[in-house]
Amino acid sequence: MGLKEKLHNIKGKGKDKKWLSAFSAFHTFVYTPNETTHSGSHIRGADDLKRLMTNVLIPLIPILIFAMFNVGFQQNIAINGYQEGMTFFSGEFWNFDNFLIGAIKLVPLLAVSYIVGLGIEVLFATINNHEVEEGYFVSGMLVPLIIPIDTPLWMLAVAVAFGVVIGKEVFGGTGMNILNPALTIRAFLFFAYPTWMSGDKVWVTGAVERTKEITAGANLDAISGETILGSLAQGKEFAYSTWDMFFGFIPGSIGETSTFLILLGGLYLIFTKVGSWRIMLSAVIGALVMGLIFNGVVDAGLITESNKFYTLMNTVYWHHLLLGGLAFAIVFMATDPVTASQTNKGKWIYGFLIGFISIMIRVFNPAYPEGAMLAILLMNVFAPTIDHYIVRANVNKRQKRLKTKTL
Amino acid sequence: MSQDIRIKRGLDIKLKGGAALVTESAKSSNIYTIVPQDFHSIVPKLSIKVGEKIKAGDSVFYNKANETMKFPSPVSGEVVDIIRGEKRKILAVKISADIEQQFTDFGIKDPKAMQADEIKAHLLATGCWPFIKQRPYDVIANPANVPKAIFISAYASAPLAANYDYVLAGKENELQAAITVLSKLTSGVVHVSIGSESKSPLNGLNNCMIHKVSGPHPSGNVGTQIAKIDPVNKGEIVWTINPQDLVIIGELLLTGKFNSERIIALAGSGVNTPQYYKTKIGSSIVSLVQGNLKTGNHRIISGNVLTGTKQTLKGVLGYYDSMITVIPEGNDYELFGWTMPVFNKISTSRALTFSWLFPNKKFDLNTNTNGEHRAFVVTGNYEEVFPLDIFPMQLLKACMYKDLDEMEQLGMYEVAPEDFALTEFICVSKQPHQDIIRKGLDLMLKEIG
Repeated sequence: MGLKEKLHNIKGKGKDKKWLSAFSAFHTFVYTPNETTHSGSHIRGADDLKRLMTNVLIPLIPILIFAMFNVGFQQNIAINGYQEGMTFFSGEFWNFDNFLIGAIKLVPLLAVSYIVGLGIEVLFATINNHEVEEGYFVSGMLVPLIIPIDTPLWMLAVAVAFGVVIGKEVFGGTGMNILNPALTIRAFLFFAYPTWMSGDKVWVTGAVERTKEITAGANLDAISGETILGSLAQGKEFAYSTWDMFFGFIPGSIGETSTFLILLGGLYLIFTKVGSWRIMLSAVIGALVMGLIFNGVVDAGLITESNKFYTLMNTVYWHHLLLGGLAFAIVFMATDPVTASQTNKGKWIYGFLIGFISIMIRVFNPAYPEGAMLAILLMNVFAPTIDHYIVRANVNKRQKRLKTKTL
Repeated sequence: MSQDIRIKRGLDIKLKGGAALVTESAKSSNIYTIVPQDFHSIVPKLSIKVGEKIKAGDSVFYNKANETMKFPSPVSGEVVDIIRGEKRKILAVKISADIEQQFTDFGIKDPKAMQADEIKAHLLATGCWPFIKQRPYDVIANPANVPKAIFISAYASAPLAANYDYVLAGKENELQAAITVLSKLTSGVVHVSIGSESKSPLNGLNNCMIHKVSGPHPSGNVGTQIAKIDPVNKGEIVWTINPQDLVIIGELLLTGKFNSERIIALAGSGVNTPQYYKTKIGSSIVSLVQGNLKTGNHRIISGNVLTGTKQTLKGVLGYYDSMITVIPEGNDYELFGWTMPVFNKISTSRALTFSWLFPNKKFDLNTNTNGEHRAFVVTGNYEEVFPLDIFPMQLLKACMYKDLDEMEQLGMYEVAPEDFALTEFICVSKQPHQDIIRKGLDLMLKEIG
């Protein structure tokens, strides 16, 4: 008897049993079910939710691997100094030592994210007697990529539990949530443990540890690493070239640094028709418009160099797309279909405002110079309102048609 | 005046087993069956008893809500069985056919001379009325109404559908007679749609407006055409009728006989030689497919693969159907089916699915759902195959939470379940769209009327 028959028999025995949800999650992972159509169309398209969700993981894998190298690389340059003129294929970056440092830090984060998140999903599915839905496939991968590398595992576990329960399950699970679960998790970390989420100690692995050792009296050099946005917010200089920023050899949240790979990922999602090109394009336009407005304010001489917002406002408008988490957020967060606007016209407005507000928050919030997370969470809340007015327009059109008829 | 219809949003599902343009007479069925469930929302009252002899066109049962509305026997013979279900609900009436068919004579009529009331009475009495359906609600038309227009789609865009140009060839006189009488029942126009390249016998008929249709499925759905030509507003009614049924009405008027003959397509990858058969309403499935089925586990569908009903060899050709499709059942597991690259199924995404590489390939799809039922997650993909100016997901959700106001505002009066067949086909969450819409329409019919 093959595996297929064995699993089929277990499924038969599991009818009305509590463990069926958990078993089905595994069973459907191995085999697409033998379910046939009962009503309506007798044939169905090839795509199911599992396929589309896992399709989002494909472009995340290169980003994850790049991040492992970058974690090691950032520690390396924090200790040994920075080398000028790197290209994308430089050996200083792509070496096994770097990878190992990153992998050792990143794999546990990934494991905690998936174990805690999926554990809660399975628990809720068992209690509510429904199938384990696939939403956390993607969230579980996104979460480790949007946090600083030294985030303690227990902290991540608490945040994931909060995000999955409060952000998703209380609304009824995948498809029903209002806020993006991955960003809810990040927002929880950000407000509960702010010292671990910003500043110049959290972006390079080992920095916090090292600082503690120094305060305890060890004779060591301090490691620090400021993100470019952090430097800009304080009006400081930084040593990275535009190409460094584009390829991603910069400090930052784990997966957000390589605009190059994120761009490729975005193109992949658009090509496979899984991510909404409307949201991505309009968000980029929104960010550029806000950037141009700030550049214009500086050019018009409305603020002086002594102003604390001057350096960030003076940043070349398109550089905003290379800095911070904006690119990652636009491609992988804003396009979450559940929490985004659901109408095609609404997606234009939703995306544009995300880009626009991200840059606004980024410039005006020097304590925490990044706005993508808050902008998307804000627009998640407003997405149903946007949709409401788009749908209203359709309803009004229908009513107008009736009126002109009866006149 | 002609108004052409071009559809951009839609999807042509190309399947193996299209019917060759050859017609044979099907083996005649011994037993003909009338299934009241084919007539949605009608409560039948029997007008015959077991053992009674009847002629073709005699009433088998009538509508409880409107006793003048008769449902006829397709053949002459003896009533051999009445099958009842729970609460004595009538499930089927079986009639054993005479070898020499006899027809009730309803009298030859002159379509041009008939008045509206006379036409209605005649169609009701002869059992031809149930061919006429109405929107809103997609049910048999209420004879008390005057529709603002009547729509006839003679362009079939559904997968493997019978070619109307072929099955209607040579029936110009019958079609004209039927259209002439129908044109007197509406305050507006009879709209007839044909394919843009079509040599349809309907082209050039009088008393109707011809529309040439092009574009992918659902361009041939009458609902799509209504939406493009003259959408249904609140309080308005339109009627629809299948072109093959026009032929039956036309023949009734010209000869006085109710002749239930119809040419149907037998198609699908489960059929050895897909082709056309001349048969009658109520024929058994066995009489149509016997000896022509491939071995293996197949599903027999009366109608097309998107909207038809599941049948077995013991089943019956549906009252409104003009085709039988046979496709493989898909009740098997597929190892890592959710992540392996897919070449042999149709997909509208490109998520390791490759049907976009082969736009002209004919697929052999089975009945597997290719995934499990989920909540609505993905947005924006229904709109790509849905040509109506309606938000499909929002309307489906309104039906699910039974908000009648919202259903009305979002365009429920304009749709029938078949309009949601394609969104159901591509639905990533495997939601039962047509079922949701049918239940929503029934709820509205009950609450609003």
